[in-house]
Amino acid sequence: MPVRTWSRPHRLSKRHTMTLAHYVRGALLPLLLMIAGGAYAADEAEIVKPTTTFSAPERFETNSGGAASVRARKNADAFSQSSANLTFEQEMRFKIGNGFFKRLWVSAPSSTQASDGLGPLFNARSCQRCHLKDGRGHPPENANDTAVSMFLRLSIPPRNDADKALLDSHRANVINEPTYGGQLQDFAVQGIDPEGRMRIDYEEQLVTLADGTVVSLRKPTYSVDDLHYGPMHPDVMLSPRVAPQMIGLGLLEMIPADAILAHADPDDADNDGISGRANLVWDNETGKVAVGRFGWKAGNPSIRQQSGGAFGGDIGISNPVSTAPWGECTEAQKACRDAPHGTSPQYEDLEAAEDVLELVTHYSRNLAVPMRRDVGDKQVLRGKRVFYESGCVSCHMPKFITRTDADRPEHSHQLIWPYSDLLLHDMGDGLADHRPEGVADGYEWRTAPLWGIGLTETVSGHTYFLHDGRARNLLEAILWHGGEAEAAKAAVTELPAEDRAALIRFLESL
Amino acid sequence: MLKKLAIAAAVLLAPPVAGAQASDAKSVVITYADIAHAMYSDALATAETLRSAIHGLTATPNQTTLLAARAAWLAARAPYQQTEGYRFGNPAVDDWEGKVNAWPLDEGLIDYVDPSYGTSADANPYYTANVIANPNLSIGGKNIDAQMITPALLSDTLQELDGVEANVATGYHAIEFLLWGQDLNGTDAGAGNRPATDFDPKNCTGGNCERRAQYLLAAADLLVMDLGDMVAKWAAGGEARTHVTSNPGQGVAAIIQGLGSLSYGELAGERIKLGLMLHDPEEEHDCFSDNTHNSHYYDQVGMTSIYNGRYVRVDGSVVEGPSLASLIAAKDAAVAATIEGAMQNATQKLTFMKAKADSRAMAYDQMLGKDNPEGNAIVQAVVDGLVAQAKAIEKAAPVLGVKAMAFEGSDSLDDPNAVFK
Repeated sequence: MPVRTWSRPHRLSKRHTMTLAHYVRGALLPLLLMIAGGAYAADEAEIVKPTTTFSAPERFETNSGGAASVRARKNADAFSQSSANLTFEQEMRFKIGNGFFKRLWVSAPSSTQASDGLGPLFNARSCQRCHLKDGRGHPPENANDTAVSMFLRLSIPPRNDADKALLDSHRANVINEPTYGGQLQDFAVQGIDPEGRMRIDYEEQLVTLADGTVVSLRKPTYSVDDLHYGPMHPDVMLSPRVAPQMIGLGLLEMIPADAILAHADPDDADNDGISGRANLVWDNETGKVAVGRFGWKAGNPSIRQQSGGAFGGDIGISNPVSTAPWGECTEAQKACRDAPHGTSPQYEDLEAAEDVLELVTHYSRNLAVPMRRDVGDKQVLRGKRVFYESGCVSCHMPKFITRTDADRPEHSHQLIWPYSDLLLHDMGDGLADHRPEGVADGYEWRTAPLWGIGLTETVSGHTYFLHDGRARNLLEAILWHGGEAEAAKAAVTELPAEDRAALIRFLESL
Repeated sequence: MLKKLAIAAAVLLAPPVAGAQASDAKSVVITYADIAHAMYSDALATAETLRSAIHGLTATPNQTTLLAARAAWLAARAPYQQTEGYRFGNPAVDDWEGKVNAWPLDEGLIDYVDPSYGTSADANPYYTANVIANPNLSIGGKNIDAQMITPALLSDTLQELDGVEANVATGYHAIEFLLWGQDLNGTDAGAGNRPATDFDPKNCTGGNCERRAQYLLAAADLLVMDLGDMVAKWAAGGEARTHVTSNPGQGVAAIIQGLGSLSYGELAGERIKLGLMLHDPEEEHDCFSDNTHNSHYYDQVGMTSIYNGRYVRVDGSVVEGPSLASLIAAKDAAVAATIEGAMQNATQKLTFMKAKADSRAMAYDQMLGKDNPEGNAIVQAVVDGLVAQAKAIEKAAPVLGVKAMAFEGSDSLDDPNAVFK
């Protein structure tokens, strides 16, 4: 792979002008005032500073998810445990939520009104079918593999002033493809055509590290086969997304917004080549703009909104967040819109009523982060030093302290170790999807949290990483980093083999 | 209340406590472990009987041997369910449990299913894989050699295939499905009704009768092996026993944790309340055999045995010793009475439900039906009883010096050492 250096100041500055314009547009003013109040207290700021000593583990380092952390099981259930500090009552809601998470929805009408309303278009019949074992999804193993735990998002550039206004107000992150909507559904209920099939073509590219090691990276190209609703818009933009791991989400939701924004450096004022921007997205519940936290481009502000969106878009189940009974069918897909739906008055004229969304949200908030393994191991500590000194922690921020919320004591005021700043960073041409989402441009991705990453194989039986699972192991994932991460990536390519092995060992201990 | 009881109890109950009290906790956890060993041994013995009956069925498939195998399954189920109070908090049990009691399952992975089950249009490509009919599975470009149906094929390849939890290939429920077949009666009366000829190569119905028998035998072998492992883990020096006896405080906390989590989240919540919310007959634990009322009931029998330190074995003999009940009563008679009352009430509600189902007046899945207020009320009373039981048991924690640490870590900014433990 051609290694390019990070030198696109023109694009960087243009983008920032746009962002600042957003900032002064008013919607963010309350947020900014809040930020002016400061992030952490001084002692807390000291606690969350990345360490500079690597002779021994840090205090509390084992508990990646604070008091919610659980014993790391050595089997595929490692990501499926509830937060350790739940009450029995909360544990029950978690388990009922899990029941709905696993629940296979069926097409309407059916004898079980409580779980009909599937589709008509859908990507999966249950949450669990993509969030396999609450872990990462994966790309198809080959052209015949329909075991899909990833899909394509679809959108087009704004067509007119109304579209632009919608985006500028943050009330929409994208303009959907007019016929196919915001994502490609590859399944449909009987009698309705699915939309099409995602196609991936890979091309192997060789990268040579400083010590002569050759690594092959597979570069994917995405297209759609078997389109059933005519050609897509000529300017359609595709973005592949695997289902992300589900652990620690409630804790990420509780990181103070100002603590996230404190790391943002949109103009790269400190000249370290790393900007970092918060996505700014519409929060349906508050009716305000909020910091985006969830999704590969941080396009969602809350777990509730993310869960409700997924119910609607991925399974075609209407709910308080995503109310259309036909799920993601567009006006152009008339048969789909006219198909039977599963709404009923006893379920608030929805397919999944408030109680179901609430239970699934509670479940999703409380999938616990497993404890670290081998934090004191010499090689792990050496790898930790490499990770910190190579600059990875500029974006993969080790620590945060969650805010306090009387309604969520289990997530309150915990020292957590997500190894993410939740900010958007330009990751270079190699990873670019060229599809903006909210504030995020076509090069930017949210820093992925790394906690639990070492258990991926245990939980999911694979080690496919990044937003589309193109990386087949941790080293490949590192080598795909570019853009703002170019310098850190370059540092890794220069490492002696022993340090590289230690780095991987450290990641595997997360 | 929380799940870190173990650590708190370890601190508060172990070394600094007065001798008598420490030995009390110690004798309580020894009884607890002894009863576990007896319960799992009974589960093993009845599973071995089940295996023999399955051999009888496959050697001479007819209605008599089929009914004998079903009876053996039901008989094996009762002691196993009583062990469930040992889950939740003991790593040796928690990491193992899914092998024997995973549920619910997409039965189309294993065998033929009714057309109403559906075919594909699903992200589980193995939804209708039908291993019994397909010695060579080629799905999604992946090939699985299932020529020989062995315990290893079931446990290492098919169980949770592709990461889909509903791909359950092992344990009680896989065997249940093979002995009964699908229950296609919805919320109407009736369980699964597989004919004995499904196992008879000479008069084969359903196709692939030899492979179906092979699957059933492999699943029975595996169940016996897995239960044997758990019996060993509760024997002297075993991992599960050591976890509770090496530190009596940790052991006492494990008892409270296990009883609370089983009562509340697992049984009242996931296994009962969910089905009631959905009014769905498929949401029952033993859905093929219509035995769910018993599987719920024997959970409660087991919890009562554990709490009272007295277990009546399958052969009628009794294992007993110093109990958690007596430990609590010695410290706070009022709390002990509250717990006892709550447990009796829950037992009564479960007994009523069981009697209703046993009388054939109304099966458990019928009780879940949308237009069955009487049945719904019976099930809801069970939920309420179990929740009250868990809440009563929670009260034992402070009495025993097991500090409720649910939200430890959220109380103080002043002392970061305390905060972030």
